[in-house]
Amino acid sequence: MPTNNTGHHRPGQKHFIASLAETPVAEIDQVDETGKARSTWTDAWESMRRRPMFWISSVLILLIVVVAAFPSLFVTYSPTECYLKFSNGDPQAGHPLGFTRQGCDVYSRIIFGTQASVTIGLLTTIMVTLFGGIIGALAGFYGGILDSFVSRIGDIFFAIPTVLGAIVVISVIPVRDAMSVSFVLALFAWPQIARIMRGSVLSARNSDYVTASAALGVSRFKTLIRHVIPNAIAPVIVIATVSLGIFIVAEATLGFLGIGLPGTVMSWGNDINQARVTVRTHPQTLLLPSAALSVTVLAFLMFGDVVRDALDPEARARR
Amino acid sequence: MLWYAGKRFLQMIPVFFGATFLIYFMVFAVPGDPIAALYGDHPPAPGVIETIRAEYNLDKPFIIQYLLYIGGLFQGDLGTTFSGRSVTDVMAQAFPITARLAMLALAIEAFFGIIVGLVAGLRKGKLFDASALVISLLLISVPTFVVGFVLQFIFGIQLGWARTTVSGAAPWGELILPAIVLASVSFAYIVRLTRASVADNLGADFVRTATAKGLSRRRVVTVHVLRNSLVPVVTYLGVDIGSLMVGAIVTEGIFNINGVGGTVYRAITLGEGPTVVSFVAVMVIIFVLANLLVDLLYAALDPRIRYAN
Amino acid sequence: MKRSRIGFSAVALLSASALVLAGCAASDEPAEGDNAAIITTNGSEPQQSLIPTNTTETGGGKVITSIFAGLVSYTADGDVENEVAKSIESEDGQNWTVTLNEGWTFTNGEAVTSDSFVKAWSYGALLDNAQSSSYFFDNIEGFSYDENSELTGLDVVSDTEFTVALINPEADFPLRLGYSAFMPLPESAWEDLDAFGENPVGNGPYMIAEDGWQHDVQIDLVVNPDYDGVRKAVNGGVSIIFYTSQDAAYADALGGNLDILDAVPDSAFATYESDFPGRSVNQPAAIFQAFNMPYYLEHWSGDEGKLRRAAISMSIDRAEITDVIFQGTRTPATDFTSPVIAGHSDALAGSEVLDFNPDEAKKLWAEADAIAPYGDSVFDLAYNADGGHQAWVDAVANSISNTLGIQAVGKAYPTFKDALNDRDANLLTGGTRAGWQADYPSLYNFLGPLYVDGAGSNKEGYSSPEFEKVLAEGASASSVEEATAKYQEAQEILLVDLPSIPLWYSNVTGVYSDTVDNVVFGWDSVPLYNEVTKG
Repeated sequence: MPTNNTGHHRPGQKHFIASLAETPVAEIDQVDETGKARSTWTDAWESMRRRPMFWISSVLILLIVVVAAFPSLFVTYSPTECYLKFSNGDPQAGHPLGFTRQGCDVYSRIIFGTQASVTIGLLTTIMVTLFGGIIGALAGFYGGILDSFVSRIGDIFFAIPTVLGAIVVISVIPVRDAMSVSFVLALFAWPQIARIMRGSVLSARNSDYVTASAALGVSRFKTLIRHVIPNAIAPVIVIATVSLGIFIVAEATLGFLGIGLPGTVMSWGNDINQARVTVRTHPQTLLLPSAALSVTVLAFLMFGDVVRDALDPEARARR
Repeated sequence: MLWYAGKRFLQMIPVFFGATFLIYFMVFAVPGDPIAALYGDHPPAPGVIETIRAEYNLDKPFIIQYLLYIGGLFQGDLGTTFSGRSVTDVMAQAFPITARLAMLALAIEAFFGIIVGLVAGLRKGKLFDASALVISLLLISVPTFVVGFVLQFIFGIQLGWARTTVSGAAPWGELILPAIVLASVSFAYIVRLTRASVADNLGADFVRTATAKGLSRRRVVTVHVLRNSLVPVVTYLGVDIGSLMVGAIVTEGIFNINGVGGTVYRAITLGEGPTVVSFVAVMVIIFVLANLLVDLLYAALDPRIRYAN
Repeated sequence: MKRSRIGFSAVALLSASALVLAGCAASDEPAEGDNAAIITTNGSEPQQSLIPTNTTETGGGKVITSIFAGLVSYTADGDVENEVAKSIESEDGQNWTVTLNEGWTFTNGEAVTSDSFVKAWSYGALLDNAQSSSYFFDNIEGFSYDENSELTGLDVVSDTEFTVALINPEADFPLRLGYSAFMPLPESAWEDLDAFGENPVGNGPYMIAEDGWQHDVQIDLVVNPDYDGVRKAVNGGVSIIFYTSQDAAYADALGGNLDILDAVPDSAFATYESDFPGRSVNQPAAIFQAFNMPYYLEHWSGDEGKLRRAAISMSIDRAEITDVIFQGTRTPATDFTSPVIAGHSDALAGSEVLDFNPDEAKKLWAEADAIAPYGDSVFDLAYNADGGHQAWVDAVANSISNTLGIQAVGKAYPTFKDALNDRDANLLTGGTRAGWQADYPSLYNFLGPLYVDGAGSNKEGYSSPEFEKVLAEGASASSVEEATAKYQEAQEILLVDLPSIPLWYSNVTGVYSDTVDNVVFGWDSVPLYNEVTKG
């Protein structure tokens, strides 16, 4: 529980600890090292599986992953057989979404583009969240020199233009695919999550339950993992789920600047980028891959919401 | 607090050298001869290219180039662009414009983002919340180069409410439309962040206590809920300053704004080391300062956050 | 005396053909305009300070040709007209005598004399001065690429007469004299050339307004009241607004902030004619687009390479691509030059290799496979992604894939610099896009710099003694007809060897607002600003 905000109590003050017995902290944060492990994380799972939103978003995400893994199961026409005579053509039998400017089947390209796009979105988000999250948590929790060092490194990385990084990485890594693009995006995006996590941990580390768990003899590191992170992670989850979509679109923007995926790799970003010039006359070729992107982001946003609620003991208690 | 701030200022020194070295190296590491590429399909005589390369020290090893740059820096000379302009002049031209654009965008995204996020958080699951989600999704899923192009077409050309592009002097009024475009993605972040924090804090003890004390709902929401929800939002805004300034390449291109993002981008593609490094060095300083400001704001927003020493 | 007319008769011949192509852009009754009105148009920040011999790109070139008047200037059709020159004469095509008109002055009051030209050219040619246009002087006696060497071929006879001795005869030498490298400079320039480049003093129809050059923003030109040449302005001046993207410039034209736009972006190809009804231009320009297959690649040299080049060429449906992707803003190529150049031909022997012919393409590809099988090799086509080439490269690759059944793909380099690096270092893995915009309206300018062994822009290593012999014969021919015949013969050799696979000629596409009239685009894709009326 956060302290009340009236200003009478200061963390660490004697009478505050004395009142611990009357607070529900010990009840909720059962830090009983001999008892059955019943951490925040298991509680969260119990809470999540009872919510329909969890199952809807999970099924959607599963579907997206299956499409990404086995695109050929879902299409009949090759996405790379393109004839200019069909350029920007309307939907017809077998081609439910019409044709691109190059005369390729829009539906097939969206299905086949799922792989690269979702890989970029997921992989970058995972890398950024893990790396940035850990760095930020450590910096915020331990403070001092570690915090200064890590934060300043973050400043340097964040000030380097992603475009410059992308050009350098593309020149150094000869293969340009979803992996290398994810790497570039992650390399310059982790400080954002690190800052958010750090700020959030700074708020959480002085809370009563942290003090309480320290009083109960839990090690600093265990306190961080069991109590601080679950209470500090909400904004990180929000940023991560929004970022997932942002990263997929970032690939399109890199493509717009000429440093995204090569034209031979199918991705939503590539298709959005190529449809840009015909947006006034044939907006659908741009909007359809964008719609696929929206559905993906929506699925992960819903999933993130559920996870966040589940990890928040107060929200759990309210239900 | 003063000591804390002073320490942070001192940290700028290694950050500055670290960043300039790293960036200079990155520009250097991009393959290709910048001078040969300047002339497109009509290359000048090889001897001409060699002479110009020597003029820009491009014939020297990386470390010498870097030291020459740092040496010039201490004499107030940041080098010249390939078109012969002093980098100092280019910076003096671009930074004020970008600063105005970034400030406007920051104000727009913070103001509207927090309000929309607050209302969505208070009415979680209701129509307003759902509408905010749909708008956020749209802004996330459609790239800036499309949003900018479409808004320019609607407001600049069809309705004539705004000038289609920004004129050379870039007055505040003309920067509003580009600032909206620039703020659009961050707006989505801030709405989601605020909404999540507000929804969390609504159930917190201090809110219950405040309500129990008989405070008006308005006061509970603005003082207790909102203030406590702002830590992640403020952090995000601090981080976003950088993206708004140097990451505005696309928006600047659409509205023909002669700002930092576009200048750095062109300098990168041309391989103009001194320009890229000088601009990014200033960015690093802005970044360190912005983050310092954010850290100081934490203490004001959340009494639990205290800086030791 | 007879020879002296060479350049000019070439022009007459050209103007006939070019007029047909250009359509009837000029109205017969000149519209009345406000003599003080300032025209706004698009441009880009000059890459260098404004010194004529150091300006090779279009951003600066536009300004140079507006504020300077050379010996000759070009009409819309690429015809040459005398400006400062009274006559340019030669008996043998090798030793030229230039006589100047009297009365020309720079805007600082200095007279334009023989020295104004000779000193400027000598400066431009000298190695140490590192001027990007130095190679334009390489046929003048005394020129050297390797050491500082004075142009001994330039000799001042009097204030109004000088002679030029060439290393090799060049029948159409006067044709190149309208190019920006050949402009005169006043004495005052030599006091501080750097300062001069920031604020140049010229003798052209316009001059730079006071503090007119706002870097990265715009450059303001006002009428030079003392100018009395063939390009006298009927407006008050031109403001060239700098844009970093054509889309932004087009938006400004649509929004009424720009009078004339000389490059329609691809996002408006489908709409510009309806956006600007009756106020748009789409006509061929002196820009040749192609792609080259390097000779150092396996499968692409010798007889096998010749067969494959022809097969690739015939597997590309140029008409469909220019129609669908470019919406008719490109014209399929029939030779290696451009329709706006006198001597362009659509009936060269062997030009059927540029027609879409899937059956013949498959047959030739199979013949090549009989020499050495291509197997599963991927055919890639390199381009710089920062130049807006992806759409047509993809379309060409698809056309090749669909016809030959091989995997053909585009290969994007992030920047021009990157792409050039691999081209220069012979590191390409496939074809590369290649383009050429003429410096001056001559067939030779499309051939010499690109296909002669060792020439600056012959990067893929084509070498044909036969081609070079015919080309040299053309350069030193005694009449324009003979020269044109030789240049066409030289191109027929190229059509067999295909060192470059011609695709199309870029058109100049422009739009203008209803506030301006009499907008005519020149052979070099730049509007003739002096003729535009406004108000």
